[in-house]
Amino acid sequence: MPKTKTEKTKVAAVKEAPIKESPKKDNRKVVLMQGNEAVALGALDAGVNFFAGYPITPSTEIAEILAAELPKRNGVFVQMEDEIASICAITGASLAGAKTLTATSGPGFSLMQEGIGFAKITETPCVVVNVQRSGPSTGMPTSPAQGDIMQAKWGTHGDAPAIVLYPDSVKESYELTIRAVNLSEKYRTCVILLLDEVIGHMREAVTLPDIENVRVISRIKPTVPPQWYKHYDENQKYLSPLASYGEGYRFHVTGLTHDSHGFPTNKASEAADMMERLRKKISHNIRDLVQIESHKMEDATIAIFAAGITSRAAKSAVAAARAEGIKVGLLRPLTIWPFPDDAVRRMLRNVETVIVPELNQGQLIHEIQRLTKDKSDSNLIAIQRVNGRLITPNDILRKIKEVC
Amino acid sequence: MAKNYEIRLSGSGGQGLILAGIILARAAVHDKRRTTQTQSYGPESRGGYSRADVIISDSEIYFPEATSFDCLLSLTQEACDKYIFDIKEQGVLIVDTTFVKNLSLVSDNTYEVPFTDIAQEKLGSPITTNIISLSFLVKITGVVKPESLKKAIEESVKPAFVSLNLKAMELGFELAQQYKK
Repeated sequence: MPKTKTEKTKVAAVKEAPIKESPKKDNRKVVLMQGNEAVALGALDAGVNFFAGYPITPSTEIAEILAAELPKRNGVFVQMEDEIASICAITGASLAGAKTLTATSGPGFSLMQEGIGFAKITETPCVVVNVQRSGPSTGMPTSPAQGDIMQAKWGTHGDAPAIVLYPDSVKESYELTIRAVNLSEKYRTCVILLLDEVIGHMREAVTLPDIENVRVISRIKPTVPPQWYKHYDENQKYLSPLASYGEGYRFHVTGLTHDSHGFPTNKASEAADMMERLRKKISHNIRDLVQIESHKMEDATIAIFAAGITSRAAKSAVAAARAEGIKVGLLRPLTIWPFPDDAVRRMLRNVETVIVPELNQGQLIHEIQRLTKDKSDSNLIAIQRVNGRLITPNDILRKIKEVC
Repeated sequence: MAKNYEIRLSGSGGQGLILAGIILARAAVHDKRRTTQTQSYGPESRGGYSRADVIISDSEIYFPEATSFDCLLSLTQEACDKYIFDIKEQGVLIVDTTFVKNLSLVSDNTYEVPFTDIAQEKLGSPITTNIISLSFLVKITGVVKPESLKKAIEESVKPAFVSLNLKAMELGFELAQQYKK
């Protein structure tokens, strides 16, 4: 993986990778681990001490493991009556100072949408893991799909920006879970981690880093005395300190548009301030938020843009096509929202053709279309599948050969 | 780039194929190889289709599902019919003739063994069919070391069932000796 790391840095200049490179050899040994297990361990290593959720295939193992592990570490596990209650519970617990996370799949993710909006407008840190399955509705519980890419961004009403991360392996599921918790604490928002069913259920041999090499970020606490505390007080990076209930600070929390103390307001200027802050804390920190992997793009004339499990089929296809002398590369977003506009635009400038394989009826491809207006429509190729099966390396290789 | 060795274990839900896949992948970890294990199954826990894929390699494994098999194990007729034509040219096919009665393709690398009948007869229950057939597969293909398989079994089944499963493993090894061509 070291090669990938450098390339990632080149593109996105990620300042705060969640894992520090360790000069020593890690003491944790190689283990066979499932993606969902890696998410649960990542949550624990990131300091999550409160989980409320409702088990659902294919995310159940996350709840199962945290139900066993959290009580041992003085953490709290609550099985709620449904997913609406789950998102409300993790938001409330976060306001009381806990680091919180819940895990679900499509049907539960839909139920959580209003609560996600509440966490965003109240700027309350929390993480929602959505292990995607085939939909709509209850769909095919054990089959993969990438149908929630747009929902992760637009699912909640009212135009709120989103931070959404998307791993492609068991190891990265661990890393991005930690990163999701860190970003939620730092930016005071609900961060979403999207997994594919196959990634959640897949087992791979992984070596996890020593716990002391894991970089953990926690929310900034107010330093002012309680009477001066503003719940939404912005500093220059649009990240404001956050007091917890029970620490002597009084603040008001509401889903209504509010002023800097948290009280409802209808004033245009205060409403505009609040919306601007929600927007700018994401849009002014793109370099910190965006991670993208560039794989064999240096001389590529054909690029594949793919996320999650589909990117692994693409990597196989790239290897097979390269063996036949075809110059093809892969761009893979680890952060899908905010979308890595600048990096994608730059990396795709010199390619002739872009292939976008995805397990839905066309979601990521619209973003690529938006960023490649200089190319004709015939140079943007879709591979889409929604029958519960994966797009295979051969499906992509066939398309590569058609266009080269 | 070293070649991936791709194995598909197929049959129906309840035959223990996913556990067999996990054990095989865990054995590969003991051999210090790279491995991925994926699965596909219906929503029911018994009946319906079930399969586990294990890929073992010395280099990074990109796509984690088996697409053309170096080895296919089929414990039902349906699974066998579905996947038999995706075996590589020199690939190994192992079928449980308790349930697989018709083979549309037979090669020098085809092994036909009544695993479920043997499990019932020698160990008193069909429940160990997965371990007998997996151990047979390991001995025939040499894809992981037998001692790594043993270690993986010990780590993966409940303590009360370790000795039964190790008996099943030995039985699988013996059968492989017997059927080896």
